[in-house]
Amino acid sequence: MSRLASIFADLRARKAKALMPFVCGAYPAPGVTAGVLAAMERAGASVVEVGYPFSDPIADGPVIAAAMHDALQRRATPAGVTGEIAAARAAGLKIGVVAMVSVSIVHRLGPEKYFASLKSAGVDGVILPDVVLEDAQAWIASARDAGLTVTLLVAPTTDVKRAEKIARSCSGFVYMLARAGITGESASIATDALRERVRLLRGVSDLPIAVGFGVSNAAQVRQIVHDCDADAAIVGSALVRRMCDAQAAGQDPILAAELFARELAKGLV
Amino acid sequence: MSSVPAPLSAVPTPQGRFGVFGGSYVPETLSLALAQLCDVYDSVRNDPKFWAELELLQRTYVGRPTPLYLASRLTSHVRSIAKSPAAGATIWLKREDLAHTGAHKINNTLGQALLTLRMGKKRIIAETGAGQHGVASATAAAHFGLSCDVYMGSEDVRRQRLNVVRMRLMGARVVEVNSGSRTLKDATNEAMRDWMGSVDHTHYIIGSVVGPHPFPMIVRDFQSVIGREARAQSLQSIGRLPDAVVACVGGGSNAAGIFYPFVDDASVKLIGVEAGGRSNKPGDHAAPLSFGTPGVLHGSLSYVLQDPAGQTADVHSCSAGLDYPGVGPEHSYWKDTGRVSYIAANDSGALEAFTLLARNEGIIPALETSHAISAAVKLAADMPRDQHVMVNLSGRGDKDVDEATRLLALPH
Repeated sequence: MSRLASIFADLRARKAKALMPFVCGAYPAPGVTAGVLAAMERAGASVVEVGYPFSDPIADGPVIAAAMHDALQRRATPAGVTGEIAAARAAGLKIGVVAMVSVSIVHRLGPEKYFASLKSAGVDGVILPDVVLEDAQAWIASARDAGLTVTLLVAPTTDVKRAEKIARSCSGFVYMLARAGITGESASIATDALRERVRLLRGVSDLPIAVGFGVSNAAQVRQIVHDCDADAAIVGSALVRRMCDAQAAGQDPILAAELFARELAKGLV
Repeated sequence: MSSVPAPLSAVPTPQGRFGVFGGSYVPETLSLALAQLCDVYDSVRNDPKFWAELELLQRTYVGRPTPLYLASRLTSHVRSIAKSPAAGATIWLKREDLAHTGAHKINNTLGQALLTLRMGKKRIIAETGAGQHGVASATAAAHFGLSCDVYMGSEDVRRQRLNVVRMRLMGARVVEVNSGSRTLKDATNEAMRDWMGSVDHTHYIIGSVVGPHPFPMIVRDFQSVIGREARAQSLQSIGRLPDAVVACVGGGSNAAGIFYPFVDDASVKLIGVEAGGRSNKPGDHAAPLSFGTPGVLHGSLSYVLQDPAGQTADVHSCSAGLDYPGVGPEHSYWKDTGRVSYIAANDSGALEAFTLLARNEGIIPALETSHAISAAVKLAADMPRDQHVMVNLSGRGDKDVDEATRLLALPH
């Protein structure tokens, strides 16, 4: 059984839910990601998404886009980010790690070579956020051949028939967007509509459902995993913003991330 | 089954592929809107009422057909620099600068605005570099009573102030984009981000033959009115097809529009002119077909300027409309099939052509278009005298007078 499969099987057996923080690789400074991943594990995360910095992240709002640009300004590279994940594994990291990466980067680096490098660094799966199902097939096959799970997005604009097809192409978990639009914090979550979408997807897929986009505090984590019955809550911009603020204030961004993730984890119970 | 190979014009596939290029590399959130757009476009393709409505607008509102003009003094100049007395082809200008709003962009925005109405949407958004597509979108919005937000990089807001004023006058909101290089690429990112959250009531009028399927096909089809007219006008004025057709290529919509109706005419050479900028070094130009590699940007697979790690490279051009690291997927297809030759004209050549056309013909071309003029003059000088070169004069240069004055160090 893959690491992600056993993580979610274990959670389901315990009737527990997962916190899935998103962090930007090599941010706020090159070399910090290994420490950030360890901090997420200590804080109670089950899986961490590591975003590979990309110059044109069209699904991302201002916080994550700015973090990615900042990382690139400091000369972050995909190989460097993968190396930081490998360092975290070498230091004993047990939780799941998935790479969220633009297909622009995957295409340029070559899917086989890139996915193999992720696998050998100890990455468990890959999220492809910017390709539609119909154009994703070759890359899905390539990632699976490398031994990675593949997650695609399901949007509020996706009907259940299409969501079923997308879920069939996924492994590990399905990424359900809490809202249309880009990443970023939101004041409230439309729980009724989201609960119904989770219910419909459960009817056609057994894969764990992780929900993200706009989830920004412990109360909203609770809404996602309890009120809406998702398996996992993904928090990105709110976490990245705290790391950014800490760095700007001369404080430790890793500590800031850990404290905030601990706070978020309270929403799981 | 016929054994005759499909003509080169028989693209894209229903999945939006031009050979290996094209496709839909966008977040799932947009797939419904793209499917909806495919459906509405399928439904109008064979609907004579739609095309009659568009044709009436083109005639009475845009001023089509635009003339095909014999540039005699430019031709004389070409003959004066030709190395042999037998050389120096005649130059003809397809006058898209005379279309309403001063560029070819209106051909696309009116067509897409009609699609917007058919989809029942009330708001349009657009990205713009030089501001011509923004102006054409604002114009279509004002004509049809739609609300319109235009994303424009802050560097371009500075370079193309006149067009910002025009957009605002027509009631559009111009949103300055301060991320990244603050030019067309970043404006496109912001427009896509807006669309991700507004797809239910908003149509994104992409300004060029770029983006996810079906945009490259739709924009090409709406712009092909240029080439259809030019082809008929050539038969009438020259008595045959031209020997070469030249157009500038940023995203590539004016070029696709004039090339497409000639693509199956093997006797007609097609030449696309990219922005060669300051030099061939990375970051100094905006010429992905000349110096780039296939990659994914803004929703499709096409030639792109990227670094080895897949990050979009910085680009430079004196012209805001060509200052873009990608290009439409059909151009990549035409490049790889060898049907179109792509070359680059540099900043200084374009500026020289800008002045040359102004002085020799009394036509001030857009800086984008000046790249095509620059290449066409050189090309015509090497062609026999009895041959004919057609240039797509894609836009007028009023918007560029401040920038050109600065770059040419002319007295104000």
